Amino acid sequence: MENIVETRSVSKIYETGDLVVRAVDQASLEVKAGEFVALVGPSGSGKTTMLAMLAALLQPTEGQIMIDGQDLSKMKESRRVKFRREKIGFTFQANNLVPYLTVRENIELMLRLNGDYDKVGQQRTVELLTRLGLGDRMNNLPRQLSGGQKQRVAIARALIHNPSLVLADEPTASLDTERAFQVVEIFSDLIHEQKKAGIIVTHDLRMVRFVDKVVQMMDGKIVNIITDPIAIAALAGSSQGTPPLYLAGFEPGIPVKELEYQPNLFVKSA
Amino acid sequence: MISFYLAIKEVWRNKSRFLLFSMVIALITTLVLFIAGLAEGLATANREYLAKLDGELVVFQENVDLSTITSRISESTLSNVRRVPGVAEVGPVGFSNATIVFSDGREDVDVSLIGFEPGYPGGAPAFTGRNLVNRLAEETVIDGKMAQSAGIQVGDIITIKSIQGTDEEYFDLKVAGITDGRQYFFQPSIFVPLEVWDEIRPQAALAGAGGMAGSEIAYNILAVQLDDPAALESTAAAIQTQVEDVEVTDVVTAYEATPGYAAQQSTLNTQRGFTLLIGILVIGGFFQIQTLQKIPNIGMLKAIGTGNRTVGGAVVLQILAVTVFGVLLGAASTLALSLGLPEGIPIVFTGQAAAAAILSLILIGPLGGLVSVWMAVKAEPLMALGLSS
Repeated sequence: MENIVETRSVSKIYETGDLVVRAVDQASLEVKAGEFVALVGPSGSGKTTMLAMLAALLQPTEGQIMIDGQDLSKMKESRRVKFRREKIGFTFQANNLVPYLTVRENIELMLRLNGDYDKVGQQRTVELLTRLGLGDRMNNLPRQLSGGQKQRVAIARALIHNPSLVLADEPTASLDTERAFQVVEIFSDLIHEQKKAGIIVTHDLRMVRFVDKVVQMMDGKIVNIITDPIAIAALAGSSQGTPPLYLAGFEPGIPVKELEYQPNLFVKSA
Repeated sequence: MISFYLAIKEVWRNKSRFLLFSMVIALITTLVLFIAGLAEGLATANREYLAKLDGELVVFQENVDLSTITSRISESTLSNVRRVPGVAEVGPVGFSNATIVFSDGREDVDVSLIGFEPGYPGGAPAFTGRNLVNRLAEETVIDGKMAQSAGIQVGDIITIKSIQGTDEEYFDLKVAGITDGRQYFFQPSIFVPLEVWDEIRPQAALAGAGGMAGSEIAYNILAVQLDDPAALESTAAAIQTQVEDVEVTDVVTAYEATPGYAAQQSTLNTQRGFTLLIGILVIGGFFQIQTLQKIPNIGMLKAIGTGNRTVGGAVVLQILAVTVFGVLLGAASTLALSLGLPEGIPIVFTGQAAAAAILSLILIGPLGGLVSVWMAVKAEPLMALGLSS
């Protein structure tokens, strides 16, 4: 499989007077088509900044980001807007949907923005919404939907225009456990089916059970990349009764021995 | 087109909010239009006769600040002006006040009594009936609006009350014709031959005792028609040079010099300006608050690849749609209200003044919304991720 995402020693450095903050520090990452990756780490670890750079929303201070063969660091702003519109699908933690557009219109907005709003696109919208269990909600406004339904609409919008890369920023943050699992599972299925590169940023390690690779960040650095399914399953927790392993091993104050995971299960990438 | 789509969808799905705001704009529109109508009405009441004068130049006595009442023009001055090259016709005009009284209980009507030389400039054409032709006939052409409101028709005999000395004198005049609206000094005008005018105008002493010298009539102004209306300035300068003790102006300058006219118009224009300013602030405030509430949403739209032109365009189109709807609503309400206005209120809606007011009201929308557009354009897509640059 070809790499859709390739970052080489990417850094984002903020300087305020004498204070220098390396929000992302020399991060190198690869994501292939059909691969679903979780970006995890404690607050302030740099995962959202990393996501913003991968989304062409933020320019790296150092390093190179290649998405679908295009170097983001060499793009002008107008080109980056077009690139986001065509090549990237997005779901966010909140404010995902345009409140005055119906479910269907929210999805079709991506088609309109890309000049692909035609009968084929409309048909694809209906099929995708039906697949996501929203067939009877197409003409509802976002305020008439539950949190889980809104996230499913956002997933549909992120995929409808056939992007190369799909990014999800904490999509389960405001959902209960059942809905959260549903949303990420759907996300995972669609990414694998449609051979997209998918990256999800999450605090909730339970969600990593659906991903192919876990990238752990701390203090701006990528400290671990886990690809072993057993290790990923262990990180996610082996059963429903297992306490969530939020930020296990990273969050100060949480004794590692109290959690049902073994740090040695983390497999350091080569 | 996406801008249009987003703008219209938002307005449509939030109809009550935008309708409420359109009604605020409609009220501002009504206020602006009424002030414009009042300005026009008062101006018309002041200047209508002079504005419709069938001449290009007006000759006043020198050093009277272009006051028609104070100005006195002699027969010899009239002759001298007639001899100036470029002058086609000159008509002497006299102004005075009188009252039409009715014997059948109708309310008296105060009028501007205007004397002119039949066949010369300074009178008013009859649109119903006929023009005055005889210098000595006790006939009149009267203001059309007054004729309608007072129920006077061609062929009627009207009685004019005039104070001469300390006595009330009454004169009967036959209505030969009816002209259009010809108000002067806030009163409808009636036009009579100068000889008749001189006889019935209010005077300090009984008729015949006034005037400049003997029986010579003292005119107030001269209305001058030119051979070539384009040669206005050169002919005015020629009259000024060749005729002593006169001041020559064009018609616009003449009515702008009417006492109180400039002060009244500038007051009303200031009111209109302030109302428009209030409109700008109200529209600006509304859209700013609304845009502020939408900033996270705009950030999301930009993050998914919506360009600045689209989000800015959507805000502009929305402002225009709401403003245009509000202004049209206000214009329609004003029209409906104006139909029910009682007589005597000097509000006149002319197409030009109303169009200017409506255009300025439509322009204040985008002007007031500039900050909102700027806010929308400046909204960062990073906000969608809870970040800022």
